[in-house]
This record gives sequence, structure tokens and C-alpha cells, in this order.
Amino acid sequence: MSNVEGKLFIEPERYEFSAGPFHQFELARRDFFKILGAGIAIFAIAKDALGAQETAPGSRAFHNEELPKEISAWLHVGEDGSITGFTGKAEIGQNIRTALAQTIADELRVPFESVRMVTADTALTPFDAGTFGSRTTPTITPQLRRVAAAARDLLVGVAAKEWNVAPAGLVAADAKVTDPASGRSLKYAELARGKTLAQNLPAEDPITPATQWTIAGKAIPKVDARAFVTGKHQYTTDLRPAGLLYGRVLRPPSFGATLTSCDDNAAKAMTGVVVVRDGDFVGVAAPSAHEAQRALDAIHAQWKEVPQISSKEIFSYLKQNAAAKSEDRFRKQEGSVEEGLAGAAHQLDATYTVAYIAHAPLEPRAAVAQWADGKLTVWTGTQRPFANRDELADVFHIPESSVRVIVPDTGSAYGGKHTSDAALEAARLARAAGRPVKVVWTREEEFTWAYFRPAGVIEVKSGIASDGALTAWEFHNYHSGTSGVDTPYVVANRRTEYHPVPLILRSGSYRGLAATANHFARETHMDALARAANMDPIELRMKNLSDPRLRAVLETAAKSFGWPRKKTQEGQGFGVACGCEKGSYVATFAEVAVDKTSGTVRVVRLVEAFECGAIINPDGLRNQVVGAMIQGLGGALFEAIEFENGRIKNPHFASYRVPRFRDVPEIEAVLLDRKDIPSAGAGETPIMAVAPAIGNAIFDATGIRLNNLPMVPNGLRSA
Amino acid sequence: MAKPVELEINGKRYPVNYPSDTPLLYVLRDELGLTGSKYGCGEGQCGACTVLIGGAPRRSCQIPVSAVAAKPITTIEGLEKDGRLNPVQQAFLDAGAFQCAYCTSGMIMSSVGLLQTNPNPSQAEIVQFLQGNVCRCGTHPRVIEAVRQAAKMMQEHGR
Repeated sequence: MSNVEGKLFIEPERYEFSAGPFHQFELARRDFFKILGAGIAIFAIAKDALGAQETAPGSRAFHNEELPKEISAWLHVGEDGSITGFTGKAEIGQNIRTALAQTIADELRVPFESVRMVTADTALTPFDAGTFGSRTTPTITPQLRRVAAAARDLLVGVAAKEWNVAPAGLVAADAKVTDPASGRSLKYAELARGKTLAQNLPAEDPITPATQWTIAGKAIPKVDARAFVTGKHQYTTDLRPAGLLYGRVLRPPSFGATLTSCDDNAAKAMTGVVVVRDGDFVGVAAPSAHEAQRALDAIHAQWKEVPQISSKEIFSYLKQNAAAKSEDRFRKQEGSVEEGLAGAAHQLDATYTVAYIAHAPLEPRAAVAQWADGKLTVWTGTQRPFANRDELADVFHIPESSVRVIVPDTGSAYGGKHTSDAALEAARLARAAGRPVKVVWTREEEFTWAYFRPAGVIEVKSGIASDGALTAWEFHNYHSGTSGVDTPYVVANRRTEYHPVPLILRSGSYRGLAATANHFARETHMDALARAANMDPIELRMKNLSDPRLRAVLETAAKSFGWPRKKTQEGQGFGVACGCEKGSYVATFAEVAVDKTSGTVRVVRLVEAFECGAIINPDGLRNQVVGAMIQGLGGALFEAIEFENGRIKNPHFASYRVPRFRDVPEIEAVLLDRKDIPSAGAGETPIMAVAPAIGNAIFDATGIRLNNLPMVPNGLRSA
Repeated sequence: MAKPVELEINGKRYPVNYPSDTPLLYVLRDELGLTGSKYGCGEGQCGACTVLIGGAPRRSCQIPVSAVAAKPITTIEGLEKDGRLNPVQQAFLDAGAFQCAYCTSGMIMSSVGLLQTNPNPSQAEIVQFLQGNVCRCGTHPRVIEAVRQAAKMMQEHGR
């Protein structure tokens, strides 16, 4: 995890676009116009793009056959007035295709319908490190605004030249440039006709403030929504190029097992079946899925297994295997925790744990790979198309320019689709078969061979004065990660430390990363402190919070929830939690009903206030916020990966419980629109206060404090 | 090879060459190119592959083609009539009842099946009926709202 966390650690501001000197890349530009037709285009130079790549930079020769990597088009205005925006980000259900098109339409002053987004295609879109970290909105939105503003200026310039007037007096609106003095106007389409005009992005171009947005800020429905309700949208799993073979991969019986012998003769003898053995990789490709399955079943392999940690011993293992002292960058200290504790009226010492959980995206990992003339094209549902491309190039010893990765709008990811596993498997099989191959992981493979949100142990020691003011705060996270590790509460004496532990299960990003674990520990702890001091949990939080944005979401959510509330039924309980992360703010309130006889815990109502600056699409945002609340409920109550002897014990939806309709409470999401604050991403933060709010409500109902996620996988059994 | 089976799907007849024990889902998707029905688990646990068989919603990943040879099958591709969406499709569209939308076909087919037998379901009945359909994006409240709206639309327009 530490290496994954390490990578994410450096993620902020990977998009440091510099205007730099004017470059002439005429060849590339001609290629670009060949693809999209004549018109007007805005390019941007990303000088740091190469350096920001996650694979070793400079490891391969720079190939100039296609669009060079450090200069890419972001916007094209066609001769028919059609606008095409380009981004390396992928649409994975978070609705960026719509939100980014809104942004361009807004800044370019064109109807929303005239804008089309090309996303996540390494041959067509600018380099991008990946769709993660809630970075699309804070980085790509302003970037596209600057690009659209530059295109608008360029169009105005063309019109000014045409009319031989000064550009300053001209107005761009409704997809045309107008000269108010003469009343003349020219449509963008007319201005773009017959041109192949390209311009680099100027260093500074003023963009429209949120208070003046006309198309951004509106609840515009999802682009191409009709294709999704009619089943016409083609996900990766749906692609069927001519001559397609279906691939399957032989998996080891347990983690870490190595192949000792393999008899694939029977499989090889089957008509139309291709068998590939390459080191420990054994895979088959066949004309149909059932023939591929039959071939796979016919392979007899022997594996050498190695002992593995089980989920029963995971938390003691994590504590015992942490480095004695962690790196400086993982340690923070201010004041003296010891002095703060000594002067405290109430002290509290508690340990929290979080289990491994699975993303379980409904579209499993999948890829279609096709080779032609030594060049490889892969369609795959990934959050990191450029990293996939680089890995494919490395593995197959071909230049990056010979690999094209295309991401069809994908059946969700939640941080789970960073790797290129299915792409590599499909490409390996396709190369051997000489035909396109599709690999779609089975649900069991998804639950076993993908990666997980890491487990973790968190220890918190704290003290408060008699008035509720924090006097000391010490926080240790073992293994699960650093996101959200810093407390937003004001406390002079504090120590925070992250303790990396070598990976046990394959682990990686998950919506919100460790912010969910760290908020669960912190917000559960704050609730326990409030109880110890006999204070209202909101009063205690307010006492220690100075951030006005965090206070605002807390106040807003409290009002919507109706806090403080009187219990009217046996087993009823109310809880609250809050936090801020990645530039956005959240407060969640929960009402639960606990049946003390059966141990059944039902979440009755969730109310969440969320603020992420200026809202670009309130409808899409609401979907993300409500979705995160429901997803968070699963990890809070019952989701957990169980493992033993290197095997996942619950690799099916029948045994790994995800939130279903009956689990979904009454939900209210209150969105605060701060037009005076730049928009932040919203895919992750809304998940992180759900678990502690529910846990605190369970305590309110029962007096039982639950410090382990998931909290009630088998109901509330023991006190 | 296998004995040829003929299927009636969305009012059209299709000869099928896959073995008769092949689950319907793979025949729909891989042989016939009707990819609107999705693979989510292959275990009958997620509902992404739901189709109507003789009007009733069924998990196509669990039914061998041999078992449905004599029954009319409706898939998501068969709901739109003369360019007009089925009221359930329209209601999902109106409610924005999707995020990644991978579960949407199955949700719609299950809901169409529900409304055929229960034209005015309560919220509890909708929840009960859709319990077998997984949405990992957490769009459940909008799905419920879409089904209610579809029921209303169908009653107002006499179906």
C-alpha cells in the first residue's frame, strides 16, 4: 500500500501546464486536422507530462510518428460548427463526459448539444496520469475553460481580420462572433471553414467566474443517456470485432503459488483453441466462451503453494510487522501530547480496525486486444489508459507509439481499475492467436485477483478539557494509508504517524482511499469523547473546529436532520460525523433502528451536507453524493473480504454482501453551492463520514461502541 | 456439433448454433450480438443479465438455451417500439436513474416484469422485487423513483 499511497501522495498538481515558448509542430498538427477535419484547434504544451509519468521516464526513445506527447490538442472547432473537447480522463460513471462538455459550452458560448467529448484514448487525447484522486474537476475543468477561452479569442481574431476591425469590440455569443457597431455576425462554423488554424494555450486567459456561468451549474442530463437505457452503449465487455476469440487465464489455486508442471496437450488438441504458456502465465483463446472454458478445464497444472496470512490474524500481523520507525514524511508532531494528556479532564485511548473490502465494479475487468502490423490496440475499462499503454509497451518490447489504449465509457471503477491486468492478458493471447481476443474476468476472478482496499489498524489517544476543548491528540495508522490522516480539529498538542506494512493482499486505491478508515477512527473517537464529557457531539465538534466550511456543512446537515432529536422508539439512535478532504467538505447524520433481540441493525435515514465549491452539474453531483453514501453503508455495516491459506473465502455476490435495495435508507443530500470557491472533485469525500455517523447512531441506540469496520456483518451480537 | 435450437427473441426467430446447455446470456451476447444484457456475475446474483421469458423476468446467465426454445424472449433491445421508448426506459431516462449504467438493462427488465404483474407497486414491493439487482454506484433511490413514475405513466396512458 505504501508504494500505492506514495504514488497518490505526489498526485496533486500533476497537470502543471506551462505555456512556454511557441512551438511549431506542423507535422503533428496536420495529422490532427487529418483526423478531425479542417477548423480551429487549441493545443496545450505540458512540459512536465513526461516527468510526471509513473513508469520510468525517458526509458524509451521518443517517437514522433503520431501526435507528440508533450503537445496535444484540447479543443477543435469544426467547419460544421461541431466542437470536440479532448481529455485523457475516463468516464467511469462519474459523469465527466457531461460536466466537461458543459464547461466547454459555457466558456466557448455555444449550445451544450454542439459539444462532444473525446475521452481516454491514448492516440487522440492529451496525456493524463489517470482518473483518480478527485482531480478531474479541479484540474481539467479550469484547463478546458482556458482552452475554450483561447478558442473563443481565436475565433474573434479571425472575425476581426475578416472585417478589418479591432477584436476588442467584438462579442462572442451563441456560437457566433458579432460586431455590435455594424450588426454583422459570423457563425463559428463560418469562421472555421477552410482553415487549419492552431494556437497554443496562452499563459493567462481570464475565464468566466461561476457567478456568470450559463450552461455550467445547470442540471443537464447525462450525455447519451438514451444509449444506456436501450442497451446500445458498448462497454468493453460488449465489443465484438470480426474474428474475435474469447480468452481465459489459468489462475493459481492460492496467492503466491508458482507453476511446477502443466499438461496442456488436451487443450491444444481442441479445434480452434490457442494455448499460451509464458512463464507462469497460462491462457487459452477459443472461438466462444464455452470452448475457452472447456479448454481451460482440460489443462492440468501443478502448483507450489506458500503459507499465507489469514483474515483472522490480519490485525495483529499488521501491528507486529510495521517498521519500528516510519519515514519522516509520515510523521507529524506539534506541541507535547504527553503534556496535553496530563492536563486533560477526560482521556480516551482506543483502537480501530478496518477490513479489506472489494470494489466489485459491476462490469468486471475486461479488455479486447488486437494486433495489426506490429501495432497493438486495446480497448479496456481502466482509470489509467496512458499507464496501461506504457505497461503494454514495456511488456511487449514495442514503442509506446505502437500501442493505443481506448477506454469505452466503463461500468464503474471506484479506484479499482488502475492496473492493466486484463489488457496484458488479452494482448498476450491476441499476439499468439493472430486474432483479436477478449478477456472478461469472471466475478470470482474479480473478487480474487483484482486488488482490495487495504485493511488497517488505527490507534488514537486523546484528551479534552472540562469544556470539551481538545488538549491532546495522537493518531497512528497502520497500513491503511495517509489520506484524511490529519485532524481538522484544532489541537495544540498532536502527533500523527502512518506506519507502512508490506502488502499482504494485493491492495490499491478505493474511493476515498484511507480517508474512510481515518475518518471512521477519528469521528468515532470524537463521539466517544463527547459521551465521556457528557456533551452534545455537535457542540464538542464546534468547540474544536475553526474551518468555516466544515462548520457550515455540519450546521446545514444538523438542520436538515433535525438535530438534536428526541428518541421516540426503542432501539432508535442518532449519530453524526464530518470531515474534509481533497478540497471538499462533508457532514453526515444517521438514524438507526436496532432490534436488540435479533441484533438486526437497520439504517433508517441518512442526511448529508456536501460542499465542493462551485457546483458544475447539481444533478450529476447529487448522483455521486447519494451513491457514495450507499456505497459507504456497505463498508460500514457488512462488507469484508475473508481469506485463508491464500484463498478468498467469499468471492461471490452470494457471500460478499453489497448494499441492495432493502439496505437503502431514506436519503437526503444537501448540496451547498459556493460560487466564490473553485470547484473541487466530488467522487470520494461524500463516502467518508457515513460509517462513523452510523456507528455513533448505533452507540446512541444501544450503548455499544463498535470500533471495527464492518461493524455488524452478522448483526449486533455481542456487547 | 450441437443440435440447432431456434429462439424467439424480440419477435424475431434466431437459429442458435451454441450447445443447448449454454446459458442464454452467452448466446444472446456472443452469438447473436444482443449485448444489452450484461454479464455481471454469471451466478444469478446480480441481475445485470435479466431478460423476460414468457413475460417474466429471469436471469439469463442461469438458463440453458434448451429450456427457452419454445418461449418468447424479450431483451432490452426489444423494448423500444417504432423509436418510442418503453415507459420504464423513459422513466429511467427522466429520473437519471443510472451512473455507470452497467446495471441499467437488468434494472429496466426487472422493472418491466414487475409492472406487468403489479401495475401499481408500493415502495416496499419495488424494493422487494429489485432485491436481486445489484447497483454498485448506489443509484437505488432514483431507480425506485423511476419505477414509480413508469407505473404512473402506464396507468395514465392505459399502458
